[in-house]
Amino acid sequence: MAMTGVLRPGHAQVRVLDLEESVRFYRDVLGLVETGRDAQGRVYFKCWDERDHHSYVIRESDRAGIDFLGFRVLDKANLDRLEAGLKAYGIATERIPAGEMLETGERVRFTLPSGHVMELYAEKTKVGNGIPLVNPAPWSLQREHGIGPVRLDHALLYGPNVAEVQKIFTEVLGFYLVERVLTPDGNANAAIWLSCGQKVHDIAFAEYPEPGKLHHCSFLMESWEQVLRAGDIMSMNTVPVDIGPTRHGVTRGCTIYAWDPSGNRFETFFGGHLPYPDYETMTWTFDNFGQGLDYPQRKLHETFLTVVS
Amino acid sequence: MQHTVTIEDTGERYACAGEESLLAAMARLGRRGIPAGCRGGGCGVCKVEIVSGEFGTRAMSRDHVDDADRAAGRLLACRVYPASDLSLKVVGKLQKSVCGVVRPVSSVTPPVTR
Repeated sequence: MAMTGVLRPGHAQVRVLDLEESVRFYRDVLGLVETGRDAQGRVYFKCWDERDHHSYVIRESDRAGIDFLGFRVLDKANLDRLEAGLKAYGIATERIPAGEMLETGERVRFTLPSGHVMELYAEKTKVGNGIPLVNPAPWSLQREHGIGPVRLDHALLYGPNVAEVQKIFTEVLGFYLVERVLTPDGNANAAIWLSCGQKVHDIAFAEYPEPGKLHHCSFLMESWEQVLRAGDIMSMNTVPVDIGPTRHGVTRGCTIYAWDPSGNRFETFFGGHLPYPDYETMTWTFDNFGQGLDYPQRKLHETFLTVVS
Repeated sequence: MQHTVTIEDTGERYACAGEESLLAAMARLGRRGIPAGCRGGGCGVCKVEIVSGEFGTRAMSRDHVDDADRAAGRLLACRVYPASDLSLKVVGKLQKSVCGVVRPVSSVTPPVTR
């Protein structure tokens, strides 16, 4: 598949209540690689196998949650094209200057009707994954630190106006709808899973009255066994676990949901089916949401619907 | 040091050590369906009102605890650590699970002493 527009979620900026406690968690327990700190006090991380300078940024705040999610696009021409598309659709955009975020080019920022701030960018310094590009080893020692996910995979966001959000992603940004859960009356979508490539999702949304809420940022593991190992490491470090280890019906991904020290949920995720843009959307009725969330237990865990940051 | 926490809504009492959060100790009651939430001060489901007693706190999100809440002792149980015996009321989403069953006075759990 030729990917010529939006490539992937490239960074999330998340608010934490205690910076150093959170740095220890993300660096030593989740096992991200710390790549920098800036004058605003933000701390930058990447997963070991990511090539770009950072994918996950934390800053200290008096409230938890997500500041914004940024998508990497192919090049500057596509950045301009996508911004023009947003404006033509009636969405206000602003340009954040290059360098405002370490090692990152100009970003196009806009706000969704769900209250979430999104960014598009075309340039971020490639720092590599610690493995040579010529005759590369399959992994480096950076993988063997903490949980050690491969990459930032996707995020699930909670807010209002999910139908409008879906239109923006599918009609302007080139995403397609992979799966959905219907509302109880079957007339609308309670939750949607959107892809911009062949991942089972790059971003997901669920309908929720409060705008701009974070349900989770997800980190990709290499195997189901690595997800179980992540669960061991969470328990060794008394990380509060929400759901799992189990397998989602929606996406078919294997999962653990847990919380960082500020109550921001994160996921260690593996697998999922591989959709194409021509595939038909898969639909879950609301009475099967439990299977969609936790297929073996067939359980719609209350925290999944009510606990967000 | 162990302190005794009284849930005024139900009269129930439980023991809570000074280095243990009110929520962690409450969860040991084994009450089904206590939505422990994020346990990091971010989600707000475990909101309580401290009616009396001394305590310390760790950071919690202003989305759920503003200045008026703080002044009134309305705090997130996952981030409150007792420094004396104390009494609380359940005000957040916890209320349904903690107070959902009306229990006769005779079945009130006696304070745990260890």
